[in-house]
Amino acid sequence: MKNRSGFYFLGSVTVLYLALWASSPGKTCDALKASGAIFIRIIPVLFFVLLLMGLIDYFFSPESISRYLGERSGIRGWLLAISAGVLSHGPIYAWYPMLKDLRDKGMKTGLVAVFLYNRAIKIPLLPVLIYYFGVAFAAVLLVYMIAASVIEGKIIEITEKRGEQTSLSI
Amino acid sequence: MTKQAGNIFTSFRKAFRVFGQMLPVLLGVILLLGLLPAFVSKKMISAVFTGRALQDTVVGAAIGSVAAGNPITSYIIGGELLKEGTSLFAVTAFIVAWVTVGVVQLPAEISVFGKRFAVIRNSLSFILAILVAAATVTTLAVLP
Repeated sequence: MKNRSGFYFLGSVTVLYLALWASSPGKTCDALKASGAIFIRIIPVLFFVLLLMGLIDYFFSPESISRYLGERSGIRGWLLAISAGVLSHGPIYAWYPMLKDLRDKGMKTGLVAVFLYNRAIKIPLLPVLIYYFGVAFAAVLLVYMIAASVIEGKIIEITEKRGEQTSLSI
Repeated sequence: MTKQAGNIFTSFRKAFRVFGQMLPVLLGVILLLGLLPAFVSKKMISAVFTGRALQDTVVGAAIGSVAAGNPITSYIIGGELLKEGTSLFAVTAFIVAWVTVGVVQLPAEISVFGKRFAVIRNSLSFILAILVAAATVTTLAVLP
């Protein structure tokens, strides 16, 4: 990501905070404290993602990533993306750097979407979901969510291919 | 499987570089997430449901898309909404959209994966939240 869009984004959020500070300093201060708490909470996850990125780069060449998660990965790629999404821990945005890295090395875009969708299924949180909504609800919901992730991945794959064909024909 | 060239230090240096480039995006998202609990209360969320199942399902998905944070919070709010009489369709759409659609993270997602991918993925997730809610509640109704 050589462009400066990340800095522009952070700059815009800072401007928003300054504007809110002018109108509601108390609430803005609470927001800043909440952000600090979130940051502290995700530090272990960020370290884990960083470690994983380093290890993936060391052990897997772009060719092997392409074999496991690329165009010819087949059903194994889909199962791998679903499992990795379900098993991954922490907030979704903490995984953006690793996914971008994997995509740059040949991961299919559809599988990125499948991973991101399945981040919604969190095994440690299942008891809480069951407590509020019951076992049957949790089981049925999870089955439909995994199915939805595959549908989303497939549609994104098709639209990406169409996009590539359109840009090639132009 | 193992890389022929390079060493573990080079791999971690690369990982740090990619991570460092992503840091402003991550900080921006975290700062935006902090704004939600400070400026949007649970009362404000429950006030927008009307009692009409179809409309509430779309509203539930929309609120879930804008809201963000730990999924447990969505289960708690969803449980409270159910107690107050909001339909299970709406509550399910709300908790599914909460974890699959990210309006707050959208600028970050665009800057990392591109506008096309981020917009299509989030739009599809929004529609799928409604469909998953409809399928889940309908299936539960026919289960013995």
